[in-house]
Amino acid sequence: MCRLALKTALEPFSPYTVLTAMEAMQEGYDGSGLGLLLRGMEFEDFRYNHKFPILSGIAHSVAAWRRLDDFMEERGYELKYDHKFHMRWDLVESKDRYRYFVRAYRMPDKFTDRTQQEKDDELMLTRLALRKDGELHGGDLTVFSFWPDVTIIKEVGWPIKIGDSLCLHDGQIKSRVCMAQGRQNTNYGINLYACHPFFLQGISTMTNGENTAFVPIKDWLLGRHFPGYLGYQSDSEVFTHILHYTLKQLKLPLQAYKHIITPLSSQELAVHPQGEFLAGLRNVCRRLIIDGPNAVIGTLPDETCLLVMDQKKLRPATVGGRTGEWAIASEMCGVDAMIPDRDRALDFQPMREHTVIIPPDRKELTIWSQHDPYPLPQAA
Amino acid sequence: MVSTRSVSVAPGSLTPNDFPWIIEHREDRCTLCGNCTSVCPKEAIRLAYRRQRLPRLDILSTKRGSEYRTFTGIRQETAIANACIGCGMCAMVCPNEAIMPAPNTNEHRTLFFNNQKGEPQKRGGRRNVSGPNLLDRIVFNRISMLTDPALDAGRHEFNLTTTLGRILPPEDFLDRIQHGGWIPPTREIFPFVIGSMSFGALSPNMWLGLLQGVAYCNEVLGIPVVMCTGEGGCPPWVLRSPYLKYIVLQIASGYFGWDEIIRAIPEMQCDPAAIEIKYGQGAKPGDGGLLMWHKVSKLIARLRGVPESVDLPSPPVHQTLYSIEESVMKMVQTMSTAFGHKVPVYPKISASTSAKAVLNNLVRNPYAAGLLIDGIDGGTGAAYNISMDATGNPIASCVRECYLDLVAQGRQNEIPIFAAGGVGKNGNIAQNGMALIMLGASGVHVGKYIMQAAAGCLGNEKGRCNVCNLGICPKGITSQNPKLYRRLDPDLVADRVAEVFMAIRTEVKKIMAPLGRSQSLPVGMSDAIGIADRDAADLLKINYVC
Repeated sequence: MCRLALKTALEPFSPYTVLTAMEAMQEGYDGSGLGLLLRGMEFEDFRYNHKFPILSGIAHSVAAWRRLDDFMEERGYELKYDHKFHMRWDLVESKDRYRYFVRAYRMPDKFTDRTQQEKDDELMLTRLALRKDGELHGGDLTVFSFWPDVTIIKEVGWPIKIGDSLCLHDGQIKSRVCMAQGRQNTNYGINLYACHPFFLQGISTMTNGENTAFVPIKDWLLGRHFPGYLGYQSDSEVFTHILHYTLKQLKLPLQAYKHIITPLSSQELAVHPQGEFLAGLRNVCRRLIIDGPNAVIGTLPDETCLLVMDQKKLRPATVGGRTGEWAIASEMCGVDAMIPDRDRALDFQPMREHTVIIPPDRKELTIWSQHDPYPLPQAA
Repeated sequence: MVSTRSVSVAPGSLTPNDFPWIIEHREDRCTLCGNCTSVCPKEAIRLAYRRQRLPRLDILSTKRGSEYRTFTGIRQETAIANACIGCGMCAMVCPNEAIMPAPNTNEHRTLFFNNQKGEPQKRGGRRNVSGPNLLDRIVFNRISMLTDPALDAGRHEFNLTTTLGRILPPEDFLDRIQHGGWIPPTREIFPFVIGSMSFGALSPNMWLGLLQGVAYCNEVLGIPVVMCTGEGGCPPWVLRSPYLKYIVLQIASGYFGWDEIIRAIPEMQCDPAAIEIKYGQGAKPGDGGLLMWHKVSKLIARLRGVPESVDLPSPPVHQTLYSIEESVMKMVQTMSTAFGHKVPVYPKISASTSAKAVLNNLVRNPYAAGLLIDGIDGGTGAAYNISMDATGNPIASCVRECYLDLVAQGRQNEIPIFAAGGVGKNGNIAQNGMALIMLGASGVHVGKYIMQAAAGCLGNEKGRCNVCNLGICPKGITSQNPKLYRRLDPDLVADRVAEVFMAIRTEVKKIMAPLGRSQSLPVGMSDAIGIADRDAADLLKINYVC
């Protein structure tokens, strides 16, 4: 079973904090991989403009590195910053790693007047084109994200060891949100793209457990013919795409996510103030119903963080913290490791109907229940 | 040797040994009560005087000779019309276990004489091919063992309903909600539907029993079972009752009973569950419905608006003012309009290699609420044997192809496919149904199994009984003769319907729980099934396991 940890704070912090939480929860994974997402970036040696998209990934060879450079230049991206990790190569398990890259670009001028949608699509298509390029060259280029203010690192091995190999403790990189997954390699082969968190156009989630409804959900998402709905090296990737579909395609509020993946029963909807609308939503999104067992933890472009459970609450997760900083983890000891000096009595473990939302102001948790009125005029 | 001319031997002369079922009668147990001969639906046995030779052996005398005694015994008729059908009613009523039909293990001669007076064999039942079918061989093998606590079929909450009705793409749904557009009607139903068996094909007691059972499932057990009328209309009191919501009204090419239905629309207390337009039937593709004259009683004649005691063969095609292509579209639209666009309307077709073309037409028809595909193993009350045994297409691959076609278009949630034809043929009702669901069906229709399980239908796929067409059903299930259908107690049928659906519900949970599924029916969860047949696995795009 995978272990998950997320920390969000007003003050940027080192991702190493979250890796210590992974270490605290180490009984739960087998060290087959780590996925790390940072949002709200701060670099020690560069004053980062938060509008610049950051490309993160791994070049596995010099040739791939050069192709990447050429590709971005041809596409009109201007390199503004190229973060160079201080590497301890002796700790890196994998042999074919040339360069872990985190590079900030300025978008081509022609996009200045384009709509946000067009810009978002361009960033996604650029990432996908690079991913494809890597796949066509024997997997020598792995690209995790290309988005403003976001960095993703994924690697095979023990989380803390990976952190040490990249010297993440030295404070060169900090962020206001950091989420990490310690991976238990189960039914799919070790593949960097199979590692959580998954990312699409600013939306990211990670999950523990297994998605038993994976194939029907995947089949349906592929049928949308949206370029970003691909991959599926892991059965958990669909959770990210469902959230993306909910927010970006259907343009529904975050609360709809829970209604889509774990809709209320007909009996519960019969007494819900917007039961009729929600029953209709359940029907039209029926293929997106998950069965778990899962806890889904995610972040949105505005630094909102969220936590939801499967309908049976078969995977636990805890959220705790205080004004200004909050932590979510699949184990209580994970929360303890990230924010030890909090009032533990105020920790919260959501039930099946809850969506825990940590808003960008990070003042207090919003615990939203599916039984609450649904916040959308169209449902009235 | 006796001259052959003095013995009556015609081409069609047969002995009991030439029949598929041979009556075994034990004279030493028989009390001559006559129950067996009076109950036999085919008059295949009769009491007859017989003579027995008793050899006289007098040891002290040189005289030899015989004595004779006369006794009353059972004799099996040897006319084709009276051939024993193996129903076993004689054994059922015999107080002394003195009689029973035994299957003829040799090949039998009636195969060659089933065409008396130039009329090929007609019968009820379904394709007479016995043994495990493809669905029986599918196993559910994606068990959540590694990371997961398995679900508890006994204690966890399961959502086992499926949606009958057209479902919009989510974007369209939200748009119509916002702008006040029409949202097609849907029904949340139990995925095992009692398939179309007409009022006419079934006896009044059977129909009443089914309806009572269905109402009980819905209102007491919380299992939202619906049943389909078949093409014979619907009793007027049901049309005006609150139970109509559990009924799918079928319209077929004979349009029987639809005067009554249309007239009842203003007085309906609730909408019917759905409207099924029958274009084809798996048991007899290309043939219309057939109610033979034996069963057109006074009641049926009134209900269908026809004279008594005449054959009622529905034409194979719907009479239409439109071109064939338009007819489906217009009929679906017309029926939807007749019920105020508040009732799902879907067509039923025979499984066929052309089913995908029909499906794709429906995808573009905004009023079409689904598609029911009926496979070659489907049952019928009356059809030519050749249609039942040799015409049609198996259901599994047909459903799978149609589903994958929808998947390729990304529309698998919009048009539910229902499957029928041989579900539960060998008793594995939940297993067969769930296998079809994982191949892509949203639910299944079940007819024959319900007759067998709920009313004790004696028919099987080895030629047993299969006389639904003649109105002589020994259990009173498919007869319009009050003397026969009074044998069937509607209350007991209702009891059995409830028991059957309770058991199906439990078995469905027992299948879903190990797969880690409980929140929604695993429609199209093809990664969960496997079969030990490479070709079938390749065709169905499921796992090959051995």
